[in-house]
Amino acid sequence: MSASARTAYLNARLLDPASGLDAPGALLVEEGAIAEVGPGLFPAGASSPGLPEGAEVVDCAGHCLAPGLIDMRVQLREPGEEQKETLASASLAAAAGGVTTMVALPNTSPPIDDPALVDFVLRRAREAGIVRILPYAAVTKGLAGRELAEMGLLAEAGAVAFSDGERAVADALVMRRALAYARNFGLLVAQHPEEPSLAAGGAMNEGETATRLGLAGIPAAAEAMMVERDLRLVALTGGRYHAAHLSTAEAIAAVRGAKERGLPVTCETAPPYFALNELAVGDYRTFAKLSPPLRAEEDRLAVVEGLKDGTIDAIASDHAPQDTESKRLPFALAANGGSGLETLLAVTLELYHNGALSLLEAIARLTLAPAEILGLAAGRLGKGRPADLVLFDPERAWKVNADKLVSKSKNSPFDGRPVEGRVLRTVVGGRTVFEVES
Amino acid sequence: MVADAPGSAFPHRHLLAIEGLHPPALLAVLDLADTYVEQNRDADKKRALLRGRTLMNLFFEASTRTRTSFELAGKRLGADVINMAVSTSSVAKGETLIDTAMTLNAMQVDVLVIRHAESGAVKLIADKVNCAVINAGDGTHEHPTQALLDALTIRRRTGRISGLRVANCGDIAHSRVARSNIHLLNALGARVRVVAPRTLLPAAIERLGCEAFDDMRAGIEGCDIVMMLRLQTERMHGALVPSIREFFRFFGLDYAKLAAARAEAIIMHPGPMNRGVEIDSEVADDIHRSVIREQVEMGVAVRMACLDLLTRNLLANARPS
Repeated sequence: MSASARTAYLNARLLDPASGLDAPGALLVEEGAIAEVGPGLFPAGASSPGLPEGAEVVDCAGHCLAPGLIDMRVQLREPGEEQKETLASASLAAAAGGVTTMVALPNTSPPIDDPALVDFVLRRAREAGIVRILPYAAVTKGLAGRELAEMGLLAEAGAVAFSDGERAVADALVMRRALAYARNFGLLVAQHPEEPSLAAGGAMNEGETATRLGLAGIPAAAEAMMVERDLRLVALTGGRYHAAHLSTAEAIAAVRGAKERGLPVTCETAPPYFALNELAVGDYRTFAKLSPPLRAEEDRLAVVEGLKDGTIDAIASDHAPQDTESKRLPFALAANGGSGLETLLAVTLELYHNGALSLLEAIARLTLAPAEILGLAAGRLGKGRPADLVLFDPERAWKVNADKLVSKSKNSPFDGRPVEGRVLRTVVGGRTVFEVES
Repeated sequence: MVADAPGSAFPHRHLLAIEGLHPPALLAVLDLADTYVEQNRDADKKRALLRGRTLMNLFFEASTRTRTSFELAGKRLGADVINMAVSTSSVAKGETLIDTAMTLNAMQVDVLVIRHAESGAVKLIADKVNCAVINAGDGTHEHPTQALLDALTIRRRTGRISGLRVANCGDIAHSRVARSNIHLLNALGARVRVVAPRTLLPAAIERLGCEAFDDMRAGIEGCDIVMMLRLQTERMHGALVPSIREFFRFFGLDYAKLAAARAEAIIMHPGPMNRGVEIDSEVADDIHRSVIREQVEMGVAVRMACLDLLTRNLLANARPS
């Protein structure tokens, strides 16, 4: 299939959070972009007048056609840890998960703190040529938290935002400068909100479960206090701030307050934080070792509430691939993270199935919201927009099996979980990059 | 915990933790251990019960007393006992824990006794081997045979456990002994307290079934048993207490603080003791109050009982393949 061909998606349930559209309709792709879309388009199906001759026709059979997912927080391990994941292997996993754009954290080896490395990521992404990959660049040189990276040059090279990956920019003065300086380029600083001195040595959420298991805990306050500090720096600088993977009630409350005060603040969470709690650690299950750690049930409920009231703008997979060797270790020594790209849609749809969000709201958190936060053209079913699409059946049930993941990382905190919502087809720039085996 | 050997007095394949064990299983260990106490006091201490069985002590963390205690227990039951010194093994060359487990498994060991500095490490190995595994201490998680020997010591001294008031004092945060004791004493009906400065009390410790105190006198007031714990400086991230002398001043067991406990209260310590840190030397050596040496004796008997019960289940199941 070439990107220049015309493809008509007929008999679809169109979902477009930007226009609030949730209706039966059709969509026409031309030259990799959306040429026509709407409920009244091609009402007679393949024999409709106006359907361009020679156009490929895809019968969506009433399934949902939505903008492709924009996963605004993934770790891709290339360069440096290609045994865990590569841009190519992650791209295949993304395509299987309905993700058409991944925004990759800079915590590779070496870290993406130099324009030449931004070039490298973009070039390798083009070579993989499956989904779109956009890089975050480092806030500080070497992710060391001391000197600012060359934000301007990094932005020119193609970085879409700044982040020090899984490390917090811990020094208040450095964070103040980062927020102030990033304003020059209109880009945001995405923080891993965790006070490192309070989290040091911790392996899971502090509380009864950690105490029972004899594991050092990370208190929920470590997240809230970093968010609260950062919000004061946002007030001081006017810089755009994004809090990544929020997991605690108090941090969400802090962001809610900041939004009410009109500060330029956004935030996201990840499926483990609204679908699981610390009990998933069970008997030292390292698949459930994440950063931030899985929290208490009250925190999980607060994350759901934050998604419902819009305090939490977006949902990202927080895909953090680890190889078996990094996970088959005593809990405290095991690496943080798990595969997330392929479970992002299905686990997010639990929020729809259990009534917390409408289908359109759930899809918005995965498409329009990250597009708006990062200023991307995708994420909408509008005329002229990139033809990045996902076709999915929100009801189709399946069971997560970590061994069968496309990602190189065969571990997931959702291993064994029954879920509903299957990606049927993923389209990037008009080209089908994934089709489910029927 | 699911029974692995239904019908057995101790229906479990491994002894990994006290949490989850039911009172009948705990009492089965204590009752059998009582008989081994008597055997160990005879001139002829050796039996052939475990002849042909291989016991391996796999200690990833330095230990003299616990390893020796298991070694004696195994030998007195007639097993072949091998001590694997980890510093000279392939573990030091970077072999993973699971590789080590698989290697030992292939050697047809019947019982593995494992100590490791990481919580959960013993379970990680137990999940991969065919033999019975005894946790001889994993990180800050559990040390089940220590809790059993403590219970045996208490029961032989006071004739009961139910209804006793027991204080665990000192470094609760880093103590696997405290966690195992809380679970075991609760299961057998004692009332458990923990006493420590707030920096050494782990979060939500009360949820394990104990009352927490940060004042030593209040904590041991009216107690029948005062269990002291070693201050584990090697497991501390940063300074959790300002100094040894300050710790001893407020939390070290001396006669002045001991006066708050019941007059006949007995003093226990799992060893090794830091004299002048958590316990005053005179108190530790007080033959009328301290049962610290008796605990060591009970340790061998309890470990013999555990080996006896677990190897019966090996017989009940298939032989290790």
